[in-house]
Amino acid sequence: MKKRHIFLALLLSLSLNFSWAQTPKGSVLIKNGTVLTVTNGTYENTDVLIQDGIIKKIGQNLSAPSGVTTIDATGKYVMPGIIDAHSHVALDVVNEATSPIVAEVRMKDVVNPFEIGIYRALAGGVTISHAMHGSANVVGGQNATLKHRWGMDDPADIIMQEAPRTIKFALGENPTRVHGRGNGQQPRSRMGVEAILRNGFNEALQYKKAWEDYNQAKSQKGSTAVAPVYNERLQTLADILDGKIIIHCHSYRADEIYMLINVARDFGIKKLVFQHTNEGFKVAPEIAEYTMGASVFADWWAYKFEVYYSTAFNAAILQKNGAITSINSDSAELIRHLYHEAAKTQRYGGMTDDEALAMITINPAKQLGIEDKVGSLEEGKQGDVVIFEGHPLSSYAIPQMTFVDGIKYFDIQEDADDQRQRISPTEAVEPILLSEENHRCMQDTEHLFETASALFQMNH
Amino acid sequence: MKRFNKTFLTFLIALLPLMSWAQIDGEFIKPQGGKFLLQNATVHTITKGVLTNTSILIEDGKISQMGSNISASDAEVIDCSGLVIYPGMIDSGTTLGLVEVNSVPETVDYQEIGNVTPNMQALTAVNPNTEAIPVTRVSGVTTTLTVPQGGLFPGTAALINLVGYTPDQMYAGFKAVVMNFPNSARRGRWDRRSDDDIKKDNEKALKEANELWEKAKSYHELISKGAELDYYPEIAQLAKVVSGELPLMIEVNAASDIQNAINWVADKDAKVIFSGVKEGWRVADEIAKAKIPVITGPVQDLPSRQSDRYDAAYSNAGKMAKAGVKVALRTNDSENVRNLPFHAAFAAAYGMGKEEAWKAVTINPAEIFGLQDQLGSVETGKVANLIVATEDPFETRAQIMHVFINGYRIPLSNRHIRLYQEFLDRSPGLKSN
Repeated sequence: MKKRHIFLALLLSLSLNFSWAQTPKGSVLIKNGTVLTVTNGTYENTDVLIQDGIIKKIGQNLSAPSGVTTIDATGKYVMPGIIDAHSHVALDVVNEATSPIVAEVRMKDVVNPFEIGIYRALAGGVTISHAMHGSANVVGGQNATLKHRWGMDDPADIIMQEAPRTIKFALGENPTRVHGRGNGQQPRSRMGVEAILRNGFNEALQYKKAWEDYNQAKSQKGSTAVAPVYNERLQTLADILDGKIIIHCHSYRADEIYMLINVARDFGIKKLVFQHTNEGFKVAPEIAEYTMGASVFADWWAYKFEVYYSTAFNAAILQKNGAITSINSDSAELIRHLYHEAAKTQRYGGMTDDEALAMITINPAKQLGIEDKVGSLEEGKQGDVVIFEGHPLSSYAIPQMTFVDGIKYFDIQEDADDQRQRISPTEAVEPILLSEENHRCMQDTEHLFETASALFQMNH
Repeated sequence: MKRFNKTFLTFLIALLPLMSWAQIDGEFIKPQGGKFLLQNATVHTITKGVLTNTSILIEDGKISQMGSNISASDAEVIDCSGLVIYPGMIDSGTTLGLVEVNSVPETVDYQEIGNVTPNMQALTAVNPNTEAIPVTRVSGVTTTLTVPQGGLFPGTAALINLVGYTPDQMYAGFKAVVMNFPNSARRGRWDRRSDDDIKKDNEKALKEANELWEKAKSYHELISKGAELDYYPEIAQLAKVVSGELPLMIEVNAASDIQNAINWVADKDAKVIFSGVKEGWRVADEIAKAKIPVITGPVQDLPSRQSDRYDAAYSNAGKMAKAGVKVALRTNDSENVRNLPFHAAFAAAYGMGKEEAWKAVTINPAEIFGLQDQLGSVETGKVANLIVATEDPFETRAQIMHVFINGYRIPLSNRHIRLYQEFLDRSPGLKSN
C-alpha cells in the first residue's frame, strides 16, 4: 500500500516536472488575410497555416488538413504576435531593493499566471512580454520572458522556457534615489553607479578565477584543493561576462548610456540592450556599433528630470543610425496598444510600415534572443499571430483574435464581461481602482520614501 | 602658464564674432500674426459638413471669409490643395502649463495646500513658456482646459489658447470651480484603507461639502442683500457657483459616486459639468436624464475593475454619447496632451464613431463652456483656431502642415523637433576626425 503511494507520488512529480514542455499547441488555417510578415513583405489574399503550434505554410489557396479549424480573415490584417521587451505584467513583486546588486534574484519565481493583465495584453495583440525586475538596483534581478498562455495554472507554463536568460540593470535617478538617498549608501551619483558596476564585474572575475583554479587543481592526482564558497550573485555576474545572459539596462541619459557601453567594452560584454533610453538618440552611433540596440517609449517624456531633454523622434533617430530599435510599454495600459505606439514613429520620423511594425515584433525578438523562433510570420516559426480589423498602424485598428502557439487566447467575439481566471477570496467586494498602478518599475520600494503618492509620479 | 592664458583669451576674443553668427544661424521663429488665405482645402467644419475646394481667410484673429472664390491681395496665400482643414482640438482637462517636470516639486504648480481652496486660480500659474506648449500645439491641439488638482475644492480651472506670452493673452473665456466629489473608490493599489475607512472618509467629505455649500448660499444671500462681510475668499468663490456666475466642474468616477453626485446637484441651482466619469457607461442613462454634460478621459486607460471588459475605458465615451450625454474628451495629461487626437481615435474606433469623436474634441466642449459662438468649428466669425493636415489628424501617419491659434500662424517647431534636426545625422558621428 505504502509502496504504491510512493510510486504514485513519483509519477505525479515527474509529470509536474515535465509539464512545461507540454504547453498546449494548436493548429489553425487563417484564410485570405493581408499578411504582414514584417521580414518578407506584405501579401494580399494570403493564407497562414499553423500546425501543432508552428507556422507550416504561408501561401495562397491553402486547404486545411482534416480537423484543423479555418478562420476567414478576408478584409483583415494578419501580423506576428506583438512582443513587449519591457513589462511587469504577471509579476507579484518587482523590486528586491535591498542591495545595489541583486543578480541572484529571479522573476520566474514570482510569476502570477492569473493576472488579468495577461488577458488585456492579449486583447492588444501581445503574445510575448519580457517580465522585468524593477529599476531600484544597479544590477537587478534576472527577468523572465513570458508567453501569454492565458488560463494555465502553473507559472512555468507561461514562461518561454527556450528563451535565453536576461538580467535587469538600472542607471541614473532610480538606483541613486533608492540607495544613495533612501539608504545612505553608494551609489548616490552616476559616478557611484559606474563604480558599483566595475567593482561587481571585477569581483566576478576573481570569483571565476578562483573556481577555474580550483577545477584545475582538483583534476591533479591527490589534490587537497577546497572548493571556493558558492555565491549565486557572483556566479550570475560571471555568467554575464561569459555571454550567457543578455543585459537589459534601464537608462535615460546619454552620459550614463555611454558609460555602460564603455564598461561593457572593457569587460568584453557584447550582449547589452538599453531600456527606455530616452537620450539614446544622442549616442545613437555608439548604441548601433557596440550593443544590441535600444527599447524605447514612443513619446513619454518630462515625467522626471532625466527625461526632460527627450524627443519623440528618438526611435526614428536610433533606427536611422542603424541601432536595433523596439517600442516597449513598461505599463499595464500601454502594453494593450503597442501597435499604436509603434505607429507614432510614422508621425515622428516617417518610419515605413515595416520599420514601425518591426519595432514591436522582430526587433524586440532580437533583443530577447528569440528572433529565430518568433517575431515575424515565417514558415518554421512559432504560431504567434494577431488578426486586426484595420491596418495595425491605423489609430482605428482593433485586434480581433490573438493566437499563441496556434491556440486562440483572445477573440473579440467571445470576450465576456468577466475574464478573470481566479477571484481573490480576500476581495469580497471588488475594488474600484481609478488610477491603477500601471507603471511598476519602482514597485516595492515605497517604504524608502515619504509617501506612496509622491513616488507615484516618478516611478518609471 | 600666464602667457598661455593670455594667448587663449586673445583667441577667444577673436572667436567672438563667429560665435554671434552662430546665434543668428539658429534664429527663433515666432508665432506670426497677420492676414492669411488658406486656399483650396477640404474643410471639415464639424457643424456644417465637409466643404471641398474651399478657401479660408484669416483676419484679425478670426475666420473672416469662407468660400470657393476669395481673393485678398494683401493676405499671405498658403496653398492647401490636397490638404484637409479641421478646427483646432480642445482638450477639456489637463495640467498643461502648471507643471514642467512632474518629479521635481519646484516645477509643480497644480496643487495647493489645503482641502478647500476654490479661490486658487489655475490661470495665474500657467507658464506661457513651458516647453510642453510648443510640443502640444504641433499636434493640432490649440486649446486646453487647465485644471488644478487636489482636495475637495482645489481651485478654479481656466480655458487657454496655446499662444500668447501672458496668461491673459492665452485666456479663452471660460472658468469653472473644481470639485473632487467624495470618492468611494480606491485611489490605487497603494491605497490600503479598509472598506470601512473609505466609507467614513467619504461620509465626512460629503458632510463638509454640504456645510460649505450652505455657507456659500448664506454668503451669497447676504451679499446680494448688500451686507458687508469679512474677507472670506474661499466662500466668496464658492458663492459665485451658487449664484450661477461660475459653473461647478465635479470630478467623479465610480458609478455609485456618479449617482450620488447626480442626487447631490439635483436640488442645487448650479451649472454643473462632470469630469472623469470613468464608470459613466454603467449609469449612462441616469447622466443623460440629468442632462449633465461630461468631460471624460483619458480614453487610453485601464478598466476600473478587474472584472470589466478590457475595452471599458476605450468604449466609455461612445456608450455615454449613445445614451444621449453630451461628451467632451480630455487626456488628463500635461506633457502628452499632444495625444488627444489618438485618444479620440480610440473612442471613435470603440463605438463612438469618427464624427461624434471629432465633436467631442471641438464643438461639444465649446458648447459645454458656452463658447460655441467662438470655438469648436470652422465657421465665419469664429476664432481662427485651425489645423491643416495631410489627412485625418487622428491618424498617426498624418502630418500636420500648419496650425493657427487666435489667427497666429504657429511655428511648427519645438525642442523635440530641434533635437531630431541636431541628432539625426550627428557630427561628429561614431569617430571624431
